[in-house]
Amino acid sequence: MSSVPPTEADDPGPTLSRDDVVHLAHLARLELTDAELDLYVDQLSVILHSVTAVSGVVGGRDIEPTSHAVPLTNVFREDLVRPGLSREDALAGAPSAQDGRFRVPQILGEV
Amino acid sequence: MTAGTTAGTAAGTPPTDLTRLTAADLAAAIRSGQASAEEITRAHLDRIDAVEDAVHAFLHVSTQSALEQARAVDRARARGDRPASPLAGVPLALKDIVVQAGIPATAGSKILEGWIPPYDATVTRKLLDAGVVILGKTNLDEFAMGSSTENSAYGPTRNPWDLSRIPGGSGGGSAAALAAFEAPLAIGTDTGGSIRQPAAVTGTVGAKPTYGGVSRYGVIALASSLDQVGPCARTVLDTALLHEVIAGHDPLDSTSIPQPVPLVVDAVRRGQADGIAGMRIGVVKQLRGKGYQSGVLESFDAAVLVLAAAGAEIIEVDCPHFEYALAAYYLILPSECSSNLARFDAMRYGLRVGDDGTASAEEVMSRTRGAGFGAEVKRRIILGTYALSAGYYDAYYGSAQKVRTLIKQDFEKAYQAADVLISPASPVTAFAIGDKVDDPLAMYLNDLATIPASLAGIPAMSVPSGIASDTGLPVGLQVMGPTLGEERIYRVAGAFESAYARQHGGIVPDAAPELEVGVR
Repeated sequence: MSSVPPTEADDPGPTLSRDDVVHLAHLARLELTDAELDLYVDQLSVILHSVTAVSGVVGGRDIEPTSHAVPLTNVFREDLVRPGLSREDALAGAPSAQDGRFRVPQILGEV
Repeated sequence: MTAGTTAGTAAGTPPTDLTRLTAADLAAAIRSGQASAEEITRAHLDRIDAVEDAVHAFLHVSTQSALEQARAVDRARARGDRPASPLAGVPLALKDIVVQAGIPATAGSKILEGWIPPYDATVTRKLLDAGVVILGKTNLDEFAMGSSTENSAYGPTRNPWDLSRIPGGSGGGSAAALAAFEAPLAIGTDTGGSIRQPAAVTGTVGAKPTYGGVSRYGVIALASSLDQVGPCARTVLDTALLHEVIAGHDPLDSTSIPQPVPLVVDAVRRGQADGIAGMRIGVVKQLRGKGYQSGVLESFDAAVLVLAAAGAEIIEVDCPHFEYALAAYYLILPSECSSNLARFDAMRYGLRVGDDGTASAEEVMSRTRGAGFGAEVKRRIILGTYALSAGYYDAYYGSAQKVRTLIKQDFEKAYQAADVLISPASPVTAFAIGDKVDDPLAMYLNDLATIPASLAGIPAMSVPSGIASDTGLPVGLQVMGPTLGEERIYRVAGAFESAYARQHGGIVPDAAPELEVGVR
């Protein structure tokens, strides 16, 4: 990508090019129209400029990141057989089902 | 529909109107036999029928299942069973991001249109077990992304105080349902303010519990480290009653806190009866001034005087890193939502577009997501994908997580000097529909006051502080407590509400304008 992360607080921050947004949308499996691309290129750069302040305030300081608000430890449970959804219920919302399974479009290029 | 069960127009409201009562009074009426749960449910369904064309708070009204739940409560009472909870038989509006088995759930998105969840969220289960009657599912910004409910794929909800204005977001449907007397109770979810900001702009009450205080199992995820379910109502006591029904540890949510449910109902009663003498209340210096409407600040200053008169010691606290809260939030949230929304892949449930027999799974996925997601969702997915991509993670998501630490430290320091902190809950009163929808950054500023508490995971609520003199619209007072400090914020909110009612001869929600009731 052509943009670079900001290094200083007063850095105006990166600008996303149209190619950047096309690439990001592809990574996110998001088909966009040309009109959407035009709109998002500008809007996303404006938003990015406004959020890059975070790099400036933490700078190179040694601060422990907070990933959750409350200290958490991993939680385990007994590995017991418990009732779950029936196959019928699990498939009830599927866009397409066949032979008691989810039917999906081709994934390996065969037809 | 009968005229007697809907709020009157020119003739005024009949005193027997069940929709004007609080949840606490409705539950008492059921227990004493003055009214049946079915009668109360029918009154609210009639009210919904009468005002929904104007308000559009609901995406789905569950008439049949609501009546069945109400009749079950009446049958239990007839058998002589003890009430299932202090809210047995009281109707509630459920935000359409919390699933209920057999009832459509959309999260305000086209990508889930027509999906019927096969299971109940833990919150839904607790409500039904408590005998609470679920009237239907309320409108929201798509996947809870927004501050106005305009990002709903099913059209905006209108603010009952002024139908040309927004009801806040993302939980605008739940807040509007309360303000329009369509339901006395509602469930919201709050990631950056989606319970508190709608409460503020509709003159209702809404609380975001400590992160992990209420189970997220069965709640469609936005940002997993921030999302929290919470209670909404027109009074602080009703909010507390609902809080105790939905809170508590859940083994199905690994981030759920293994702690007893806070005794918030007692806390409210203590605040109402004894006031708040001796409590130290901190006004956050950074959450006022620039960006805040003058009518909001005026109402806030008046609220500070009320709290001081109720016996609190008022101090000012300095939280210098709050300045960076909005920026950190708009990196953390898109990052987490871009990951969470990857599950909408057109394979197992929801929409599928372009599956023509020749397109690959990947192409179908892209087409479906392109067609099924709205503009704000797409913007945040792209932004999050960028912030999490190789080479940028440390500068963006990593830095934002460090800012979160600094904000937590600001709060911890402030709570050494104060028992609770206060600020306006929303920087502005309800704005006009259409005003900010094309300017994402202007929309993000609505969460200015609510985001710090979200990033720190602390409990916070909005209680109406009055009517802004410049716009004539309601203003919300935000009360924030330390981690697991729910009892403190409910005590302060309860004391404030009763002091306000004594001063003004009633509470804010009762001053909402009568809606012109449509006749069908």
